[in-house]
Amino acid sequence: MSDTTKADTAECPSTLVVERVFPHPPAKVWRALTEGPLLAQWMMNNDFQPVVGHKFQFRADPAPNWNGIVDCEVIAVEPPKRLSYNWGVGPSEYGLHWVVLWTLTPTDGGTHLRMEQSGFTAVQQAAYNGARYGWNKFFGGLDQVLGGIQ
Amino acid sequence: MPAVPNAVFKALADPTRRAIFEGLTRDGEQTVHSITQRARISQPAVSKHLAQLKQARLVRNRHCGRETHYSARPEALAPLVDWLKVYGAFWLDRFDRLESLLERMEP
Repeated sequence: MSDTTKADTAECPSTLVVERVFPHPPAKVWRALTEGPLLAQWMMNNDFQPVVGHKFQFRADPAPNWNGIVDCEVIAVEPPKRLSYNWGVGPSEYGLHWVVLWTLTPTDGGTHLRMEQSGFTAVQQAAYNGARYGWNKFFGGLDQVLGGIQ
Repeated sequence: MPAVPNAVFKALADPTRRAIFEGLTRDGEQTVHSITQRARISQPAVSKHLAQLKQARLVRNRHCGRETHYSARPEALAPLVDWLKVYGAFWLDRFDRLESLLERMEP
């Protein structure tokens, strides 16, 4: 499968994009994105409803510095083309907030799925305490990320 | 000024450049001459690698007489380490899981 990950090339990176073509029709991909039990199988447990304004949570196992909960609110539902929700991690006062936008485009025999996560500016501010990452850890981690991208 | 992650990825994907960058991070500022001696490749090749590292804002340089000194800017990695690493890996993993779910689903 073709697969790309990229950050925007602006001076201040604020968007992450992941794209892939799946050999399945948009209606089927849409179901996987919007039916709670299906969504749970590849994303996280959730109480998602495809209704604009619906507040829901994704719930994963807690991890260091993260209670495992993502607070979301549905922004846009346009089957089977576009789905968007807020994506918030941590307490609302000092938590981190993004917008996730899914775009489905029919291709010859399949669907081009694009995930855009935007609003990284706040994260970047917090990022400058990145010094806590050891060099070894960083280079190890980078190899993994590059391995996943190439 | 924040670094551009695409350029950072590209710059560090090459093992020679990574070794040069690591050396500057570990041992501090060095001249092109001394970097060349360590890298065991030609000076023009080293200069080319340094130019790419500089373009990614991973290193800075200063001229002193006939020598050019280079030093690392590890802060350029911060945006990459923090969010691209975490979310890049996260979404790639989720896309893989979505792909296998789609295979299992009824048409």
